[in-house]
Amino acid sequence: MSELHDTHRQAGLAPGDEEEINVRYRVLGYVVGLALAILLTATSFFVAGTDLVWQPSIPVAIVVLAIAQMGVHLVFFLHITTGPDNTNNVMALAFGLMIVFLVIGGSLWIMTNLNHNMMPMDQIMKMQR
Amino acid sequence: MAAGTFADAHALPLVGLEDAVHEGPASKRIITGYGFWIFLLSDIVMFSCFFAAYAVLLGQTAGGPTGAQLFNLPNVAIETACLLLSSFFCGMASVAAEVRSHRWFQIWMAVTCVLGLAFLAIEFHEFADLVARGAGPSRSAFLSAFFALVGCHGLHVSAGILWLLTMMAQVFAKGFRADIQRRFLCFALFWHALDIIWVGVFSVVYLLGSAA
Repeated sequence: MSELHDTHRQAGLAPGDEEEINVRYRVLGYVVGLALAILLTATSFFVAGTDLVWQPSIPVAIVVLAIAQMGVHLVFFLHITTGPDNTNNVMALAFGLMIVFLVIGGSLWIMTNLNHNMMPMDQIMKMQR
Repeated sequence: MAAGTFADAHALPLVGLEDAVHEGPASKRIITGYGFWIFLLSDIVMFSCFFAAYAVLLGQTAGGPTGAQLFNLPNVAIETACLLLSSFFCGMASVAAEVRSHRWFQIWMAVTCVLGLAFLAIEFHEFADLVARGAGPSRSAFLSAFFALVGCHGLHVSAGILWLLTMMAQVFAKGFRADIQRRFLCFALFWHALDIIWVGVFSVVYLLGSAA
């Protein structure tokens, strides 16, 4: 019990922590997160199968909706916020995101470039004969 | 008078600053959460490599079936609902753990577990179906990347379920001790992070994969 008390006196919070034990408030946070996540997921699935929007915009829309939903999960479920007590967690997240974007973006960029510059496969086969 | 005003004007912000900066060493719970958050981020970086491989190999079907022919989107929607709801009920369990309600903790953890198992059952069924249709991981580079990414997420969920059952047993046997609470904090973070990765999976693998 004393450790619990100490934890709440501290300004720093772990990810997944909240300062006050207020059940109604905490449950409400999860319910809001769930509602937003359901809304974004449903939109994503709807956009993927619809003819109502301009077709080339669909992949972009799906990616944007996915990033928005990841943000919702981070804030409402993992409690990664912009508060001063969460700076270390946010900095680690920023570094992680940088690596993720370098890996995915870099791979796509390089491989598209290589595909673009490579001779079509049937011509390579002909040259080998 | 002037000196007093000077002191007052500067003392207040300084006191506030000291409160914010010099709190002393952080509690064990915060350090544990931070360390586990670093692990989760490294896990996400590992997943990003699988995502990159999948995105690069999306078109390399070697004359085999494409995503649009293979994926069953209603099935994926059910999987998504299972995992999202289980993440929500895991949050309910963490509220129950904080108010130290044994009954509600065990109930919400059981619901989380059942939804996680339902997710795994649907995924396993999907994999078995694909292999039976001759679209196993050895069919094409696209399918290798698909099975590697989605299977790796499935393995994480399986490990999470084992951990979940361990946490239920530990709370049952040892109660809400401080160290058990810290372990549960890490478990909750892990389970929510799996849901974040699944958001990427259903968007990139299934929705973009069946559009391509």
